[in-house]
Amino acid sequence: MADTPKPEELAGIDYLPPLFRGWINEPAQIRPGIYCYAAKPKNLDYVGMPNAREWNPVDDDWKLPENWKEIILDGIRERLEKFRSFKLFMDICVRCGACADKCHFFIGSGDPKNMPVLRAELLRSIYRKNFTVGGKIFGILAGARDLTEDVLKELWYYLYQCTECRRCSLFCPYGIDTAEITMMGRELINLLGLNIDWIAAPVANCYRTGNHLGIQPHAYKDMMDFFTDEIEEITNIKVEPSFNRKGAEILFITPSGDVFADPGTYTCMGYMMLFHYLQEQGLDITWSTYASEGGNFGYFTSHEMAKRLNAKMYAEAERLGVKWILGGECGHMWRILNQYMDTWNGPPDFLEEPVSPITGTKFENAKTTKMVHITEFTADLIKHNKLKLDPSRNDHLVMTYHDSCNTARGMGIFEEPRYVINNVCNNFYEMPPETIREQTFCCGSGAGLNAGEDMELRMRGGLPRANAVKHVHEKHGVNMLACICAIDRAVLTSSMEYWVPEVNVTGVHELVGNALVFEGEGERTTDLRGEPLAGMEEEEDV
Amino acid sequence: MDLENFLINNRSNIIKKWRGVILASYPEGSQRFLAKEKSRFANPVGHVIDRDIETLYDELVKGEVIDKITSCLDNIIRIRAVQDFKPSHAISFVLGLKKVVREELEGSPVENGLWGQLQAFETRVDEVVLLAFDIFSQCRQKICDIRVNEVKNQVGRLLERANLVCEIPENEADI
Repeated sequence: MADTPKPEELAGIDYLPPLFRGWINEPAQIRPGIYCYAAKPKNLDYVGMPNAREWNPVDDDWKLPENWKEIILDGIRERLEKFRSFKLFMDICVRCGACADKCHFFIGSGDPKNMPVLRAELLRSIYRKNFTVGGKIFGILAGARDLTEDVLKELWYYLYQCTECRRCSLFCPYGIDTAEITMMGRELINLLGLNIDWIAAPVANCYRTGNHLGIQPHAYKDMMDFFTDEIEEITNIKVEPSFNRKGAEILFITPSGDVFADPGTYTCMGYMMLFHYLQEQGLDITWSTYASEGGNFGYFTSHEMAKRLNAKMYAEAERLGVKWILGGECGHMWRILNQYMDTWNGPPDFLEEPVSPITGTKFENAKTTKMVHITEFTADLIKHNKLKLDPSRNDHLVMTYHDSCNTARGMGIFEEPRYVINNVCNNFYEMPPETIREQTFCCGSGAGLNAGEDMELRMRGGLPRANAVKHVHEKHGVNMLACICAIDRAVLTSSMEYWVPEVNVTGVHELVGNALVFEGEGERTTDLRGEPLAGMEEEEDV
Repeated sequence: MDLENFLINNRSNIIKKWRGVILASYPEGSQRFLAKEKSRFANPVGHVIDRDIETLYDELVKGEVIDKITSCLDNIIRIRAVQDFKPSHAISFVLGLKKVVREELEGSPVENGLWGQLQAFETRVDEVVLLAFDIFSQCRQKICDIRVNEVKNQVGRLLERANLVCEIPENEADI
């Protein structure tokens, strides 16, 4: 028979579950390199977000409105009623820990509060204290705690250390989507004006001018003219994109990063070349200098804000009278399209079910949204032998492919980009299976965290992805990382520079542009970046 | 037995303790994961620590091949340079080896008469600390460079391409 414990042994038992020890009473230290600068009041005011003011995350006084606690609790109450998923996610977690070590920020930082379960507990503890009987009675024993300024600051700090990539949710036996908890959390703190400027400024710019940087239509066109010249210099082919053309069959929308930030600009040149190539085969497509942004930073602010920005794309499609929309290589634009657009702004009955004018393929998956992903479109063209391709023009590149979180986990695009890459490149190597497809590691800078001031955070978050890239670089000599997301293209470039400087980053359609063989084109000696093709190194040196 | 043989014979024990010193620098809630998860892709930080301190130790004992030492240090410090450590804490694990070795030597029959050799070994450890400081500084400098490059990329080329600035080209034709 087991020994009966003595009274003093029984008295020594710590009844606090392990998850509620330590962290729950340790306020966060807001560190430079990790946090992003506060939203400027003008950017919040412009879109009517509440409590806009000058404040600084490292100051003691955040200049909160007097009734801030009431605002947050009312906000939670409203969302618990409105979103059934939020209520479930607050209640059903059993803290099994399956998600704990799956987050790139936890893996890279070793900070326990970056375990998805713990990050969610920051909000759950407030929920329990104020909305559950158990939490009200048992307090910390039930994992409940009061909403104090320290708790609010901690919540803010860690909500902006989640890229909403959803890798953790893949491993949750209950299917809890921790990204949605982050979204709810961000909505709540936005009620107090606690946004970051890297999100607030693009939202305001996108709302007014149409894209994140606030680039006006004439500058947008100037950039495209510049690409036209570049393409002509390399290929001897003059492409002629059209803008804001009413009556075109298709509207093309891509993230503004493709037009304004390297190396996305080369991907943009790839789109332009593809569209020009297909013109003779009957492609009737226009760009828009108004719907000049596929990205939607409203999504990192609130559902309402995301809805307003998403609506602009469809408003432009209706104004131009197109039949359907083709979308470029973007991340969260597609998650929004696939998971939210129809509820927010659908159905867009003024558009038609997308059909490829070249192959006749009906894109039934886009029946409701009327928007087709460009890798689906291009993969279909290749499948039907509609493109003449010379993959040897990418022989100077040894490729691998990063599944962008939003297109991979958010909508299941796995095969199309790989199919395209394998048709336009001869050297392709996959990263290890536990780091790609559904299990892909985040770039570390999504969901509006691609600012500069949080570079430490970005580098540690990018470590797991970079670590897998380093593996294929050392094993197979990989020197180019392809992806289908504009944020990826920008931030993985920086991540590679820190972790694996021998590897560059590209979009898939840059590779298509390199391989595409035009009638009457000049002999190509360089790729779209002006780098010599394999076997052409000497000619370039002369 | 001389010190080198002692360090070779007690290799696994010393490395285990040294690894313990490094892991102890992380928050309590993360140490178990860093120590137990063996997949190099699921746990890159733990993997790098495991792999590189072994090589680092072997090279320190041999007292040569600075390249290998630099490369191992770089792998570990590149990670610690972006984690929640003060600069001194990020590189202090190197000094931790001195303490571990002294503790191992304590009470061992070879303790006497090794003072000179121990001093030489510890001097090598000190040199590696300086190297670690250089690497840490390079990593931090790199982070600043990346930040500057991003800003340049976003704004500089935009102005140029929008024809708002016109810089002198690299190879201007003779007039």
